Amino acid sequence: MSKPVLEVRGAHKRFGAVHALKGVGFVACRGEVLALLGDNGAGKSTLIKCVSGVHGLDEGDILIEGEKVAIRTPAAARGAGIETVYQDLALFDNLTPAENFYCGRELSFPRWLPRGLRLLASRKMNSEAAAVIDRLKVKLPRFDAQVALMSGGQRQAIAVARAAVFARKVVILDEPTAALGLRESRKVLNLIAQLRDEGNAVILITHNMEHVVELADRAVVLRQGHKVGEIEKPNRSNQQDLVAMIVGAE
Amino acid sequence: MEDEVEAKFLGGSPSVQQGAEQEHASGLSVALKLLSAGPVVILIVLLVILTLSVPNFFTPRNISNILAQIAVIAVVALGQHLVILTRGIDLSVGANLALATVLGALMFRVTDNAFIVMGTMLLAGAAVGAVNGLVYVYGRLPHPFIITLATLSIARGLALELSIGHTTMRGMPATITAIGGGTSYGVPNSFFVVLAVAALVFVIARYVVWGRWIYAVGGQPDAARRMGIPVNQVLVSTYMMSGLCCGVGAIVLSGRAEAGSPLYGNLLELDTIAAVIIGGASFLGGRGNLGHALVGAVMIGVIRNALNLLNVNLYFQLIAIGVIIVLAVESDVLRNHLESRMRVKQAGALG
Repeated sequence: MSKPVLEVRGAHKRFGAVHALKGVGFVACRGEVLALLGDNGAGKSTLIKCVSGVHGLDEGDILIEGEKVAIRTPAAARGAGIETVYQDLALFDNLTPAENFYCGRELSFPRWLPRGLRLLASRKMNSEAAAVIDRLKVKLPRFDAQVALMSGGQRQAIAVARAAVFARKVVILDEPTAALGLRESRKVLNLIAQLRDEGNAVILITHNMEHVVELADRAVVLRQGHKVGEIEKPNRSNQQDLVAMIVGAE
Repeated sequence: MEDEVEAKFLGGSPSVQQGAEQEHASGLSVALKLLSAGPVVILIVLLVILTLSVPNFFTPRNISNILAQIAVIAVVALGQHLVILTRGIDLSVGANLALATVLGALMFRVTDNAFIVMGTMLLAGAAVGAVNGLVYVYGRLPHPFIITLATLSIARGLALELSIGHTTMRGMPATITAIGGGTSYGVPNSFFVVLAVAALVFVIARYVVWGRWIYAVGGQPDAARRMGIPVNQVLVSTYMMSGLCCGVGAIVLSGRAEAGSPLYGNLLELDTIAAVIIGGASFLGGRGNLGHALVGAVMIGVIRNALNLLNVNLYFQLIAIGVIIVLAVESDVLRNHLESRMRVKQAGALG
């Protein structure tokens, strides 16, 4: 295992009386896919939301390349090099793929003006977005059409590609294939492999054990807010162990 | 350039079945294009029919009349359009405009400096807009309907109070009367005001980061927050912009009437919302451009003018505008339906 790029230590999160995370910790390394597994309510999404700045941790630390960082907002997470592909994709249906890629992080000028009043560098954003789409071999019906006109798989691919534009260290994907058919899932899995090959640490939340066996280098299992196990190189022979950990039948 | 990009991403030779699906998808695409071009087509057809059937409709004088009549609706509708883009609504525009004209008239009693009087009207409009935005956002109201309904009442009441029982407060600086009531080369000056505001809104919406954020907030507010867009500031500034447009509308109207009045702008909220929706913008937010607001405003102006020329009574005009709003909203629903079908077809065609 290479040096961790992301490390979470002793993470606790409470929502009123509900103790959603109870001292969870894990590491993610460059060039590997870490599967985060668990039944519904295990704390996977809460953990990911804490890492991506949607919620703040009540206790515990997040370290990026060994340095403690305070992640209290999504912008702070992205500033630290953590990109997230949310389960609902967080796409803007009324914008084009290129506009979606840069929404909230528009390339603009002149720099001396407040950000909101600057002019959009549309040509540069379009050409850079087209280059990423090309690099990831995403097939879209029209590059200048609104995302609303695209299929589930294409939208998923756009959301992953958006993360790829800015991914510098960590890419988190929350159930990226949950709503997709076989063919579209395959394309998204290929994209995930490509993000890994480009040197990112990829954290994959999924319920699909086939995908875990195919892609994951390690799997961390959560149950009722606790980390209950970790398996190196998940494969068909230890798949049953993983399932047992998930459901609590060890 | 766009064609190249498109060709690049379409890629591959489709199978026979995929070909049929793509054909169907392109049929849907044509239907969608027709639907979005609908308001312009309807406006052109309307103009042709009225020119052929209504005496004195297509004369320079009447066209100039229409342009002057729609100026206030068009300017205020441009601000309303930005608010509707954010999934909001501004019901206070009419009352805001009336209050601005009253404050302008009061300021005229203190000074005849046109710039100070105009500044007062613009400031009054923007201030009411700021109240709308701030209370909506920081008061955590579920919908702007409530606060803008409240400011409608407050601003109208304030305008009546400040005018001390006068329904008309006569007098405006010459510059303002020239802007609102004068003409240049036979074209009303107020029309140039509309063009200037439209150009400003066009630049904001198309080329400025703030404009992109307005579309993003209207498209998907939660995603906008997660993507780091300052949603609260975008909403407050958008309501302020709508208020500022009311201030511009107040300058035009008080200039044309050479007076301020607490009764101005009655049902202006209906006209401006109707203009935006009739023009083809989506009531669900995030979709539309200034062309929609302008086409809608012209359509309302043309229909009113033609019905006047035909001596149709005012009540029927209200009914006609209402019916057209229903048709426009239905076409928005139809467009959303076609888009969902298009998505399914795209998935089938591209695999």
